[in-house]
Amino acid sequence: MNAQALNQRDARHLLLRSGFAPTQDQVDALLGQSRQRAVTDLIARAQAARPLHPPPDFTSQPPPVAPGMLKTKEEQQAARQQQQREGLELKSWWMREMIESPTPLAERMTLFWHNHFATSQQKVVRSQAMWHQHQLLRANALGNFRILLHGMAKDPAMLVYLDGANSRKEAPNENFAREVMELFTLGEATQGGGYTEQDIKQAARAFTGWSIEREDFSFRYRPAFHDDGAKVVLGRSGNFDGDQILDILLEQPAAARFIAGKLWKEFISPAPQTDAERRELDAAAQRFHAKGYDIGPLLADLFLSEAFWAEANRGSLIKSPVDLVVGTVRQFAFTYTDTMPFVLKTAQLGQNLLMPPNVKGWPGYTDWINSTSLLERKRFTEQMFRSVQFQGQTAVMGRMSVDDATPADLAGGTAVKAMRIGLREQFGAETGGAGSTRQALGLLGREGAMRVAQSMTTIRFDPQVWFSAYGGYADREPDEALKARLTGALLASNATQNIAPGTVGVAWLRSLTLDPAFQLK
Amino acid sequence: MQRRHFLQSSASLTGAALLGAHAPGWAQAAVNPASSAADRVLVLIELKGGNDGLNTLVPYTDPTYYQLRNTIGIKPDDVLRIDSRAGLHSELKGLVPLWEKNELAIVQGVGYPQPNLSHFRSIEIWETGSNASEYLETGWVTRGMQAGYSARANYTAEGVLVGVNDFGPLAGARAVSLNNPEAFVNEARYASAPQATGNAALQHLLRVEANISQAAAGLRGEPQAFATSFPQGAFGSSVRAAAQVVASQKGKGGVPVILLSLGSFDTHQNQPAQHANLLRQFGEGMAALQSAFSEIGAWDRTLVMSFSEFGRRPRQNNSNGTDHGTVAAHFVAGGAVRGGLYGQAPDLTRLDASQNVAYTTDFRQIYTTIAQQWWGVRAEPVVRGSFEPVRFLRA
Repeated sequence: MNAQALNQRDARHLLLRSGFAPTQDQVDALLGQSRQRAVTDLIARAQAARPLHPPPDFTSQPPPVAPGMLKTKEEQQAARQQQQREGLELKSWWMREMIESPTPLAERMTLFWHNHFATSQQKVVRSQAMWHQHQLLRANALGNFRILLHGMAKDPAMLVYLDGANSRKEAPNENFAREVMELFTLGEATQGGGYTEQDIKQAARAFTGWSIEREDFSFRYRPAFHDDGAKVVLGRSGNFDGDQILDILLEQPAAARFIAGKLWKEFISPAPQTDAERRELDAAAQRFHAKGYDIGPLLADLFLSEAFWAEANRGSLIKSPVDLVVGTVRQFAFTYTDTMPFVLKTAQLGQNLLMPPNVKGWPGYTDWINSTSLLERKRFTEQMFRSVQFQGQTAVMGRMSVDDATPADLAGGTAVKAMRIGLREQFGAETGGAGSTRQALGLLGREGAMRVAQSMTTIRFDPQVWFSAYGGYADREPDEALKARLTGALLASNATQNIAPGTVGVAWLRSLTLDPAFQLK
Repeated sequence: MQRRHFLQSSASLTGAALLGAHAPGWAQAAVNPASSAADRVLVLIELKGGNDGLNTLVPYTDPTYYQLRNTIGIKPDDVLRIDSRAGLHSELKGLVPLWEKNELAIVQGVGYPQPNLSHFRSIEIWETGSNASEYLETGWVTRGMQAGYSARANYTAEGVLVGVNDFGPLAGARAVSLNNPEAFVNEARYASAPQATGNAALQHLLRVEANISQAAAGLRGEPQAFATSFPQGAFGSSVRAAAQVVASQKGKGGVPVILLSLGSFDTHQNQPAQHANLLRQFGEGMAALQSAFSEIGAWDRTLVMSFSEFGRRPRQNNSNGTDHGTVAAHFVAGGAVRGGLYGQAPDLTRLDASQNVAYTTDFRQIYTTIAQQWWGVRAEPVVRGSFEPVRFLRA
């Protein structure tokens, strides 16, 4: 099976699931390769990946004074806002990496682990801490889960988020101990996790002492906080420290099953459906455990499983907001100057990078789709394609419709004005609150918001070039053969609705993206 | 009206008298003959951030209250007196006509056991109607739908959220979110209801599309012209939108639940001015709601209920504000409501380890009343237990 050569459909499926939506070039590059070869290459290249662009300036500056250490409430508020502003820069940087990376599997895995070890800047505040955590996720995304887990347990952002930094032997905080078992390694106790409240309490004692240096927010071990007494966790006894507890957790086969299961949900289907699929997952989990938790080989097992390629599992997953936004930009080769609009859009659709809703992360799958988000998703793609023919190039407008904007509007700048006003409406910034797009727009200030509005006018799509890659033209209704090629390229399953005859070029594309099946992958 | 006199209310009852044992063989819904269950509307108003119940319904003769709040306590002369012990914050004068018509119930001491002081977690508890230690996915209103209320009619939508993104009590229900019906109907042009088969993911998508289409079809139409003047601001606009939604349902499927929100009540600093402003908006919004709904003949079949993740701490903090608390008084209003004070005022002399007061009414008691008497469904699936209803509906 794995020697089988990739055809269009298979190549597309592999690239869509392992990365974001592929262009035709990217699909063509894989044709004829065996599944084995293509998968091995994908993983190897993702493992060797390095970011394309230097990170934001704040990442290399000296640590700022903690907002809590400043004297007045105004100063504290301003400092916090500065941290949030830097967080926005980091999100923009990451969004750019996701859109431009030639090895999107690395980005997808970084995002996967960000969701797995969910940590929110809402509570952590310090942008440099979020950057430190992000680097850890990135460095180990296709590396080793044991190393990743140990690193995350001592990561300062995590120590703040799950209250480990002040946990001490007189009153050990159970938050991290509970979540490291329930969410990070073993899964829920009632669903195979196999641990008890007592295990959590005992483990919490072992994690005491992992703390943070006040001055520069680096990890610091505080022996005075640490409970070095005897503990019993999952049947093992000893004067365990935190690292030893983590290793005990990883000894459990349930840990390998839990992680493998989550990766199945990420890449293959909502859950194994048949006995054969369950056996495949079990085998992959066992190998993961036996090989000491190397992530690359586990991914290879999953991508080369029969379940991954099975017809029944194609189009069985739902695109996340990042999948939708990044995928659309990549697949249609939209050009842009600023990625902030895309950051705001995924946040509006329910996926605010660096700010997952709680420690369980984004549940995903059908959770992404409700009556509000589905309409917003369609509005997004519709607006990305709404265009004004202007000097042979099409410019993507924010709120203005084709009927509203004239070339004179564009030349005179009224388009920009209208878009600044429309920004709040554009990004659903009606409701405020922490982490909301309204808060983000507030942080950007007038200048920043104007920059975003301006940058949206620079988003460009070249329909002539795009259509020609499929052997078609942008100015006419696609013939049946072209329609079939385009449907195959854009939808992971059959179209559910017909497009009115006579629909031309970009309008035809736009209609296809409004098909519910466009939300699937 | 004179602040020194009590608000007139012939049915002003205090203390535990109203939470008595119910009559034997009670299990039936007490159906209000004025409306059938399917026509009724429940308007939920979320006071986001944790409304300070103590400065909303003020214990103006309690010396402990003034000790705990030496600068932000509401002075006895500044309350709208309900009875000899409690009065409303003066900015709630919009509620006075409702109180005087006996259509406003004030339920005291509403909270729940093992209170959680985290915004996110506590509102989740209220919205899903759970215990403090369990995590549920569906909203309590959704469970009411599932318990049989959704079968009463082919609703335009089971719920409409106005200016709110989080489905909360309606999580899992067939609900839509909008700022106003016209804009929604316009947006909904993107949705269709294609017939197709497919996997679970596609089926979910198609179901959501169909819900959107059905809601848009039901909400479409000429907007009602109201004589009521709605207050300026976001809350006033959402009250107008709610009234539009209800008005548009004449001859249509109906929308049984509408969710509005107002905030932020998270007044950690400089509470007096912020809280006064919010309460004024609330009072004026409620008055406009009553007026608009009456115009379209819907007031007698409408129940309005406020809720909030928690109250605020009895003792004020060092920033002229209050920190997260536990219980608060909440309002229930409507043409079918029996006005009055319900439940017990919280005991400010008995504070727990976090310096907060204990609840005297579990919020699920209010949900029980709504389930049993407003919707006519069994309460047990909705509140997942057995709670004494609060008798604020006229039989």
